[in-house]
Amino acid sequence: MSLLSINGLSVKFKQRHEDLVALHNVSLSLERGERLAIVGESGAGKSLLGYAIVNLLMKPGFIAEGSIKLDDRELTRLSSKQWQEIRGKKIAMIFQDPMVTLNPVLSVGDQMVEAIRSHTRINYNDAKKLAIEKLAHVRIAAPAQRFDQYPHELSGGMRQRVIIAIALLLAPEIIIADEPTTALDVTIQAEILQLLKQICADNGVALILITHDFGVVSRIAERTLVMYAGRIVEQGPTLEIINDPQHPYTQGLLNALPQMALPGQRLNQIQGNMPPLNDQPRGCAFHPRCPYAEDKCRIQPPDFIFSGVSTVACYAIEDMLQAFEPLSEEDADD
Amino acid sequence: MSQELVLNAHNLKQHYHVKQGLFKPEATVKAVDGVSFTLDRGKTLAVVGESGCGKSTLGRMLTMIETPTEGQLNFLGEDLLSLSKEQQKELRQKIQIIFQNPYGSLNPRKKIGSILEEPLVINTQLNKAERKAKALAMMAKVGLKTEHYDRYPHMFSGGQRQRIAIARGLMLDPEIIVADEPVSALDVSVQAQVLNLMMDLQQEFGLSYVFISHDLSVVEHIADEVMVMYLGKVVEHGKSEDVFTNPKHPYTQALLSSTPQLSSDKRRQRIKLQGELPSPLNPPSGCAFHGRCQYANERCRKETPALRNNADAHLIACHAVEEERLENFSGAA
Repeated sequence: MSLLSINGLSVKFKQRHEDLVALHNVSLSLERGERLAIVGESGAGKSLLGYAIVNLLMKPGFIAEGSIKLDDRELTRLSSKQWQEIRGKKIAMIFQDPMVTLNPVLSVGDQMVEAIRSHTRINYNDAKKLAIEKLAHVRIAAPAQRFDQYPHELSGGMRQRVIIAIALLLAPEIIIADEPTTALDVTIQAEILQLLKQICADNGVALILITHDFGVVSRIAERTLVMYAGRIVEQGPTLEIINDPQHPYTQGLLNALPQMALPGQRLNQIQGNMPPLNDQPRGCAFHPRCPYAEDKCRIQPPDFIFSGVSTVACYAIEDMLQAFEPLSEEDADD
Repeated sequence: MSQELVLNAHNLKQHYHVKQGLFKPEATVKAVDGVSFTLDRGKTLAVVGESGCGKSTLGRMLTMIETPTEGQLNFLGEDLLSLSKEQQKELRQKIQIIFQNPYGSLNPRKKIGSILEEPLVINTQLNKAERKAKALAMMAKVGLKTEHYDRYPHMFSGGQRQRIAIARGLMLDPEIIVADEPVSALDVSVQAQVLNLMMDLQQEFGLSYVFISHDLSVVEHIADEVMVMYLGKVVEHGKSEDVFTNPKHPYTQALLSSTPQLSSDKRRQRIKLQGELPSPLNPPSGCAFHGRCQYANERCRKETPALRNNADAHLIACHAVEEERLENFSGAA
């Protein structure tokens, strides 16, 4: 039984004539204590998926189909009152920009105590004790002093630590981190990633890391899920996906990294851009940019198959597997 | 082939005076403190460092958006800072800048055509038809279509906007492009497109780039020379391959080891840095890095290390390197 299981989730944006489909039939599962990365470029729908899980979709966005289950409890039909029991308590979210997420006119401590007391009946002093404990947990030096400081007195890395501490306050089972280190310098980024990984491991918290950076993914996630134009195109163990990407988009994405070309040589680029929501291609969404695209790619979207390395939605992989299949059956007969 | 020197910066400084309050004395922030380098035609110098190290301020001085408080800036044999305003205006056409955020650097109320032609209107005598011809030719060069001429910036994606910004930078046939984090706001696949474009244009026009970036994997790819800055000072400067395969300064080593690598065999043992960049208002004495450096000793705390030639034009400012107290950098791929 997975901790979180999403089945056939579609998110749409309400429009006057025809609703725009932003997430197409997304399914995934997350085990207790697992670290999962969702990778994709801007517009792939990765953040939207994160927002959908915690029911923070903004109008006109809405969940059109599918189910999201946390421990067998269906989340898509909860009232906002019931959501208060889940959001923050069971699933916490960390956002990209630590400068914006914290309230500038409240001290760090007040924000933390507020977060605790809005969920549990606990007096101020106990809440304060818990908050300082969590600040120490995310390795903030002199947590008691930091408790009384305001966000502007802290550096970017320190603010992100505070936010992680806030996320941990109510001992959630899942943390969703949306580009948690994108706004930080590399040296600080490395620290924060290490911290997140450590904390998840120590407390058995599952992590969903939303990012565009494969370098970050390789450092922290056990399993990776690649998204393109609102669809999952490939998912599997992180190492395998990075070493042997199957889907042409994943291949293109990894090949485009500067490390993949010799210094001074041209980088491998994917032609074109991600299609906008109101102009989605028929069939496989990637076909206009795909070097392997054939006629059938333009008609019907491919189903997921297991390639031996990862689960992919791609006809080219399917054909390749089929070409090998008769051989292996003959082998079995011999 | 002989190298032609395009830009020569000597001991550039940018000090800001900051009021701290009514009764406190004015403080000085040394945003850039004595930076020297040379740039050859057709070459790329990368300036790397964390936020607050002064790399963008350096870029602003090179383009004369800000006047340095001290130092010399020599462009093709002319001392830029001693020229009259008129002459400066003439020469600064040849040094253009591209900014990080293509959403903020293009005027949303102007069509692409007029964005590209504005520099020509201000700086040249070309008539309308000539300007349009030049704008269209430049658009073709950076991979934009003719029909884009009459469109507004909001109709373009981030990558296309950066192409527009590059085209605008090239309108006056510059010698030098200062690119301040030109691909940081872009997605990986688009980043590759824009970097390829920049390399193609460099070849075609013989451009020299000052490439300001925090992303070391991009820098390793595009740069001929790398200059690592820390708190306004250059701590290491050398050929790209030297700096990347054999980084000497403890800060450069830490930066390289923090950069996310895909494969674990390329990954270096991560050097943990204690703390964060100190406040430039109150910089540490001696070597500015000593508070975060595992090799720091008494001398580092007292004496500021000078930038010394270590070997083969590889400059390093570090007492530990000079005294050979440094352990070998492990696991360089």
